Amino acid sequence: MTVIVAKELSTALAALREHADARLIQGGTDLMVEINFNHVKPTTMVSLRDVQSLRTIRQDSPGIMSIGSGVPYSVLEGEPVLSAIPALAQASRTVGSPQIRATGSLGGNLGTCSPAGDTLPVMFALDAMIHLSTLDSQRVVSIHDFMTGVKRNVRQHDEIITAIDFPIVQGWQGYSKVGVRNAMVISVASACLVADHKHADVRLALGSVGPTIIRCREAEAWLKSSQDLTAGQSISLDIAHEFGRRAADESSPIDDHRSTAQYRRHAISVLASRMLRKAYQ
Amino acid sequence: MAPSSTVTKSRDVLGTNALRPDGAQKVQGSFEFTSDMHAENMLWGATLRSPHPYARIVSIDTSAALALSGVKCVITASDVPGKLTYGLISSDQPVFAHEFVRYMGEPVAAVAADHPETCRRALALIKVAYEVLKPLTNPEDAISGSHDPIHPDGNVIRHQRIIRGDQAATGAVVVEGEYVIGMQDQAFLGLEAALAIPDPDGLGVHLHVATQWLHEDLSQISACLGLPAEKVRLTLGGVGGAFGAREDISLQVHCCLLALKTGRPIKMQYSREESFFGHVHRHPASIFMRHHADLNGKIIKIDARFVFDGGAYTSTSPAVLINGITHTQGPYKCDNATVDGYAVRTNNPPCGAMRGFGVVQACFAHESQMDKIAAAVGKSPVEIRLINAMATGDPLITGQIMESVAPVARCITETDAIPLPPSLDVNADELELPGGSGLTSSQSNIVRGIGWGVSMKNLMYSEGFDDFATARCTLKDGVASLKFATSEVGQGFVTLAPQIARSVLGVDDVLIEPIDTEIGSAGSTSASRQTWMSGGAVDGACRLVRERLFHHVGKIHNIDPLRLVIEGTDVVDQMGTFRISVADASDGIEISETFEHHHRKTDELDEHGQGNCHTAFAFVAHRAVVDVDPDLGLVKVVQIATAQDVGRVLNPLSAIGQLEGGIAQGLGLAVMEEIVMKDGKVRNPSFTDYLLPTALDAPDVVAVMIEEYEPQAPLGAKGIGEPPCISVTPAIVAAIRNATGKAIERIPVRPQDICL
Ligand SMILES: Cc1cc2nc3c(=O)[nH]c(=O)nc-3n(C[C@H](O)[C@H](O)[C@H](O)COP(=O)(O)OP(=O)(O)OC[C@H]3O[C@@H](n4cnc5c(N)ncnc54)[C@H](O)[C@@H]3O)c2cc1C
Repeated sequence: MTVIVAKELSTALAALREHADARLIQGGTDLMVEINFNHVKPTTMVSLRDVQSLRTIRQDSPGIMSIGSGVPYSVLEGEPVLSAIPALAQASRTVGSPQIRATGSLGGNLGTCSPAGDTLPVMFALDAMIHLSTLDSQRVVSIHDFMTGVKRNVRQHDEIITAIDFPIVQGWQGYSKVGVRNAMVISVASACLVADHKHADVRLALGSVGPTIIRCREAEAWLKSSQDLTAGQSISLDIAHEFGRRAADESSPIDDHRSTAQYRRHAISVLASRMLRKAYQ
Repeated sequence: MAPSSTVTKSRDVLGTNALRPDGAQKVQGSFEFTSDMHAENMLWGATLRSPHPYARIVSIDTSAALALSGVKCVITASDVPGKLTYGLISSDQPVFAHEFVRYMGEPVAAVAADHPETCRRALALIKVAYEVLKPLTNPEDAISGSHDPIHPDGNVIRHQRIIRGDQAATGAVVVEGEYVIGMQDQAFLGLEAALAIPDPDGLGVHLHVATQWLHEDLSQISACLGLPAEKVRLTLGGVGGAFGAREDISLQVHCCLLALKTGRPIKMQYSREESFFGHVHRHPASIFMRHHADLNGKIIKIDARFVFDGGAYTSTSPAVLINGITHTQGPYKCDNATVDGYAVRTNNPPCGAMRGFGVVQACFAHESQMDKIAAAVGKSPVEIRLINAMATGDPLITGQIMESVAPVARCITETDAIPLPPSLDVNADELELPGGSGLTSSQSNIVRGIGWGVSMKNLMYSEGFDDFATARCTLKDGVASLKFATSEVGQGFVTLAPQIARSVLGVDDVLIEPIDTEIGSAGSTSASRQTWMSGGAVDGACRLVRERLFHHVGKIHNIDPLRLVIEGTDVVDQMGTFRISVADASDGIEISETFEHHHRKTDELDEHGQGNCHTAFAFVAHRAVVDVDPDLGLVKVVQIATAQDVGRVLNPLSAIGQLEGGIAQGLGLAVMEEIVMKDGKVRNPSFTDYLLPTALDAPDVVAVMIEEYEPQAPLGAKGIGEPPCISVTPAIVAAIRNATGKAIERIPVRPQDICL
């Protein structure tokens, strides 16, 4: 196996062009597991760890925080992300153990694109934009178009995810994940709720309850039509429960060895209604 | 090679917080586990396993694997030179599957090659044609006879009744339940590993292996290899935990066979996934219990039916069954009982020893029942347990008289006296709530509950088995060397043995010789027995040496040896002024003595389950405080209070370690640890999906050690390894019931069991 340790993005991009079977590695917390289980057997690895340009957090335009694909979760848990995008900081805190968070990244979470990926619901709720580069081109794709199925996305072989743009939104936001133990667990059901006071909106995205992350457009629309969502409102229990019920209806979970579809649906209804009440407390 | 000896130095006598001699190495990562071993010119071995729970082997074609470059040999059942099967109690498990595979993961062939990757490729090239058969997965089908025998020995491994007292006795209060216990894994961290080195003449083999019982392995291995016992030598490699999972043979015979066949050292080690298939698990069980009690809540009669799913092969199922049914009553008086117990064979993974050994299952049932009686007669969980608490001298339902110290009431009252934790703080860190780092709950979603569990656990082996232990002590120039075959699996015998030698002999320096089969058996590191048994053997050997030292000193200095005692590190004349250091007294001489410690004899049970089948017992009480999020079904165990009957504390640090670890393991069974099966297939053979408690799941443990010297025990100390994990599980479940009002009768408790 050849390992190309890129210092510049261009080196990595060139290596992808050159080697048809090359695999990118950032933290390696997904890829090394795949390799150890013999699920993939790359002969060329392109390491992004030393590419400093992927490890920056920038706020070039007001209202957008652009996070490099290689920034580890241990950084995302704290400032400036904690104040600007609290749901992302919370989602980052729920990932694995301290060892995993010290090295795992958003680029890897997107590269793997598991419906249980903890940062993906945050991206879906915030309408994040994904920056992809090749040696000679760049494109920006909405997260809604990026993820296409279980562990499937639109990234081409020669593309590298460079950064993710998150809008900075005024209003409460949070990420909750249900698992059977209190830390280091793959989500059985998760939800990210974002209250956007400026647009008098609430957005809800669900993880682990369908082949992709599910954005609850119908529940969101129903809520907006039934309730004033500007700052300072309070949400009745009835509204919260109905919102939860509708969110659960939009999920499409399955039975597997981790849980049952029935429980997952139930958990979504509880999480959605709790988070909605919290958002307007 | 493994470190051959460990010297520890200090005045760490019995009763002090002596540190583990390998502690620093383990923390720093320099300890050599068996999987770290290496030998010159070594090859790697690997195992091909059945993908089916039940199938007939039509043919095995190894030619393509053998043709692969780097592959040195491929072996199957037809290459086993000696006995084709092994087993701890009944020799019914094939070294390699022959004609049939009876569980998913059963070994079918093994390869030796120059690299693990070559092994993996070779395994993929072995073509096995299977005729897939319908697996027997429901234990009741094994009992009813509705499924053809899946093994020549039949589908019922053992059936035993206990009939005691008035069979027609009834009580004013009758409570019953059907309790279900899931399959728990021992989940030790140091995976199965061995290094087999063939003798230069090819006529014998030396196996370095992580195991619980070197001599039992030796006899099973040599039989399968067709070699006389003296041609097989075993040395203990570094072991990373056991909990029962290393009692049965796993890779031992395969590794030795490959070494003898290739004439080269063979290293084998399992991955975590393979480990889930490579060792036995805790028996899943279903237990029906009906208690008759009077209006005061005093137990009058117990009816019970136990079904233990033993999986495909016998392992220790017969003994687990006996442990289960003979603990039906728990630590409570009971004069009348009708118990029916089965251990059955299915195409599920084989089950055998795990910490608590059958008593864990029984305890979940009897403790759930105690709470039902309490509710029926309007008593508290503490009152009902005190009313029924057993004491020394009480007869058990087997007719055996409780001869051990039995401070059951003290365990309960001293646990009850431990302060409850403060109520949930309004500003509690969200990480401390149920759901933990998932941030699912707020304080307003949480309900607190309290629950109780009390247990009785037999110590040592039962039913007439003489599980003796051997040790040798050699005193030379002020240094004591200890030799024994006691498996150190993390429990701390390598800490305790030098403590004993220092206390008895007044030495500072104690050397532990290699742990191997060059001395008599120590019995298994299981059944909470090594402190009592191997501790007794080390103590006995050291005392014999001390006698000889006193004679030696007495002769030289003309003092009656009966007047001599050890004081600190000196030999002292009790009736005079003479004093000499042990180092000086033993200068230039060598005194060596070997001692075998045997426990009292036990008997087999008769057809009515009557007989003095157990050696001794220990008791413990647990009180659990849990926070539950009833809407999501998530649980956080806040505190476990416990008072344990330990006889005597020999090392407070080690003792609390056993208690805290056992409690974590019992918590795992209560709320998360389960091997999930479907149609005989394991669905979660990884630590991604087989969940063990993390630091955030572990509760505060507040422990009281009840020290009532056990006269039967050589050091006055009872075994303390198993009790901590037994009644903590029902205590946690009772606390969840208390918080939610839900009648939960299955463990582990899943979120959906609470909230749906
Ligand atoms: C013990 C453990 C616990 C875990 N717990 C969680 C958890 O709680 N929640 C969770 O969501 N995940 C969890 N994971 C999975 C993993 O940590 C995350 O998905 C993490 O985000 C992966 O990031 P990485 O940098 O390590 O990715 P890598 O393993 O380096 O890469 C993953 C994939 O993404 C591709 N890739 C990486 N970077 C880029 C890029 N810049 N452009 C294009 N493709 C790229 C790689 O080629 C590969 O296919 C856990 C993993 C382990 C081992």
